[in-house]
Amino acid sequence: MLLNNRTRRKMPGLNTTSTADISFMLLIFFLVTSSMDTDKGLPRQLPPPQDEQHEQELTVKERNVLELRLDDHNQLTIGGEAASFDQLEQRVETFVANTANDAALPEKSTREVNYFGQCQVSDRHVISIQVDRHTSYDAYFQMQNAIVAAYNRLRNQLAQQHFGHSYAQCSADEREAINMVYPQRISEQQPTP
Amino acid sequence: MQRMIRRRDHEVPALNTSSLPDLIFTVLFFFMIVTHMRDVELKVRYEVPQGTELQKLGHKSAVSYIYVGRAQGAAAATGDMQIQLNDKLSTVDDIKHYLEQERARMTTEDQARMTVSIKADGNTPMGQIADIKHALQQSFALKINYSATEK
Repeated sequence: MLLNNRTRRKMPGLNTTSTADISFMLLIFFLVTSSMDTDKGLPRQLPPPQDEQHEQELTVKERNVLELRLDDHNQLTIGGEAASFDQLEQRVETFVANTANDAALPEKSTREVNYFGQCQVSDRHVISIQVDRHTSYDAYFQMQNAIVAAYNRLRNQLAQQHFGHSYAQCSADEREAINMVYPQRISEQQPTP
Repeated sequence: MQRMIRRRDHEVPALNTSSLPDLIFTVLFFFMIVTHMRDVELKVRYEVPQGTELQKLGHKSAVSYIYVGRAQGAAAATGDMQIQLNDKLSTVDDIKHYLEQERARMTTEDQARMTVSIKADGNTPMGQIADIKHALQQSFALKINYSATEK
């Protein structure tokens, strides 16, 4: 009778009180060793290396060039006159778009582009950047940021007009077509010592 | 009367914590997914500039980092901007070797989309950045990324 009683006893439940502590430890370990920062930044493409002796001189018409300079005191000049970073975005936008086909602003050429058919393409303009070796990286970055912002605004406008949604929502093909209309043409000079 | 007293003697049942591990595991998995391991120990202090037109960096395995900032420790206040590659302070000349190493580490697929993220302090003189960019050009690492934080 006694034996029988013993076999009928229930198995005691597994003691799981410490599981919480163990998982807390794991949690803390991951919190310490990992970092939340998702890396964000301004993607750029560098030109392939060239022979410095044989650097080709490209003659570009004056109307096609927007000359940006940052001197050693981080002062920005656009085409020789001092300007602020806020003005830069607007200047770049009007320069690249040249909506009224102004004779002082860059030429356009007519090309066949997907989705748009025959259309005017701003593929002759050049934004020339000249910095000084003592210019701060922050100022340079703000300049790059303003230029990219101007391009993005133009591309967004075009996307809204033609596709009815923003540039970010465009498919790869649509983006390619828009990039053909507003290509980024930025040329960086060697920094002045 | 007897009954009343007995009732008062009842103990409060213990809080049921059996679901606590599950809860914490959920939080743990959340952190494991949204974060990534810190792979290098920073030897330089830097504060990246702020921008508005930023894009997220895809393909973590195809990204190499170059840190530029003031060395940590004694010379921090006066020190020049230093370059850090992997775990040690380096010079511009080491970049070539570093990129070769990084290329060897990557799969062929990643090599094609290799991106170099420059995490530089806002006060770095452009001369130094230009030297780095020149070195990157020479090694055909042409996709770069100026690391920044959202304004």
